[in-house]
Amino acid sequence: MRLTLKIWRQAQDNPKGTFERYDVDDVSPDMSFLEMLDILNERLMHEGKEPIAFDHDCREGICGMCSLMINGQAHGPDRGVATCQLHMRRFKDGETIVIEPWRAKAFPVIKDLVVDRSAFDRIIQAGGYVSVSTGGVPEGNTIPVPKPAAEQAMDAAACIGCGACVAACPNASAMLFVAAKVSHLATLPQGQVEKDQRVLRMVEAMDQEGFGNCTNHYECMAACPKQIHVKFITLMNREYLKASIKQP
Amino acid sequence: MHASPQSSIGQKALMAATGLILLAFVISHLLGNLLVFAGPEALNAYALKLRHMAPLLWLARALLLLAVVVHLWTSIRLSRQNRLARPVGYRRFRPGETSLSARTMLLSGVLLLAYLVYHLLQFTFHTTDPALAHLTDPLGNHDVYAMVITAFRNPWISCIYVVGMAALCAHLSHGFDSSFQSLGVNNERLLPLLQRVGQALSLAIFMGYSSIPVAVLLGIVKLR
Repeated sequence: MRLTLKIWRQAQDNPKGTFERYDVDDVSPDMSFLEMLDILNERLMHEGKEPIAFDHDCREGICGMCSLMINGQAHGPDRGVATCQLHMRRFKDGETIVIEPWRAKAFPVIKDLVVDRSAFDRIIQAGGYVSVSTGGVPEGNTIPVPKPAAEQAMDAAACIGCGACVAACPNASAMLFVAAKVSHLATLPQGQVEKDQRVLRMVEAMDQEGFGNCTNHYECMAACPKQIHVKFITLMNREYLKASIKQP
Repeated sequence: MHASPQSSIGQKALMAATGLILLAFVISHLLGNLLVFAGPEALNAYALKLRHMAPLLWLARALLLLAVVVHLWTSIRLSRQNRLARPVGYRRFRPGETSLSARTMLLSGVLLLAYLVYHLLQFTFHTTDPALAHLTDPLGNHDVYAMVITAFRNPWISCIYVVGMAALCAHLSHGFDSSFQSLGVNNERLLPLLQRVGQALSLAIFMGYSSIPVAVLLGIVKLR
């Protein structure tokens, strides 16, 4: 396959960047998208040029490290997969592919396609945990968890924190990420004690980071590689409003 | 730790609650207006009855005005924050899930506001057409029936009303289910249902309101 790539290049510590055009030949349809970028980077290094910086780690869709806005879609055209699981057979020979970093005020570009997602870490620090006393490992069945609660908590906990929800949202809102984390813990018995404090603190932290507001386009759900449902945003809205009535 | 109406979720709840108050008004106003098909006596008697409930009427007006102001003010704040949240846009951005009505909420909202101002100037304050203020029925009361028909006989005015109602339809078809989502009253099964109910309701409201100018222009409803 022959492809034309238009890739955002931005040097470190430089707020300005541009799109650079790269023509790549002999791309195998069996390559993953990131492997295709690896091949291009090898060529660039051979030519003595700066390789393209992009985030990646496990390359099996579970770490949440890879990103990329591919032809205007977060993680590319496939539903329910991260960029690392996207394959070149999804593209046509001779196609032009535009590759951009996640765009949000809360996700500043570090270099090229790499953005700083530590805003998510600060939101988790604000309340995305349960406090437990240290000591011996408790017996597994000490706290019974109803099956539906376990299922729902697991669905929310599938979030890998990649930030595709923010990237795909027309308002750069982080509601799906925060909702997944709030819902995961609010559904389990272990999370009940800090339930109200958690949702209030995490939403406050989210707002402080400068993310946008949810206007219910549900683009986040379509882009999410773990297909987290927007019902968790409903749940977070409900938890927040209930908590505000209890402690206004 | 305290909740705040200025938080993202607080503001969305305000939008939803005020939106639902305004929707309740839109529905009750439509039901009253449809009395035009029952003839001048029915419509004028209804209008008179409303005037006799003055304290309640003024209370409702105050509530509606407050809802409009809060809805507007919050939408301006939210839109500003949303714009600031993505200072550098994408070269290519292909949303796949959202609807046209959802993406044009600001446009339909601005159109609706312009329509609302015109509507109040015309039928409430009689500024655009002062002659409408002095119509009286055989009982000596304000003749709402004649006022509506005289105004809608002008195809331009009828056209403005149909366009205004199209904007309302577009606004509501996203706003309805969105309100429930923002207030935390939704789930996986309810979501597609609320979306369909919202679309059906907004279409029904559009057809209900538009039927009046259309019926006047076609001569189905005329002066007696």
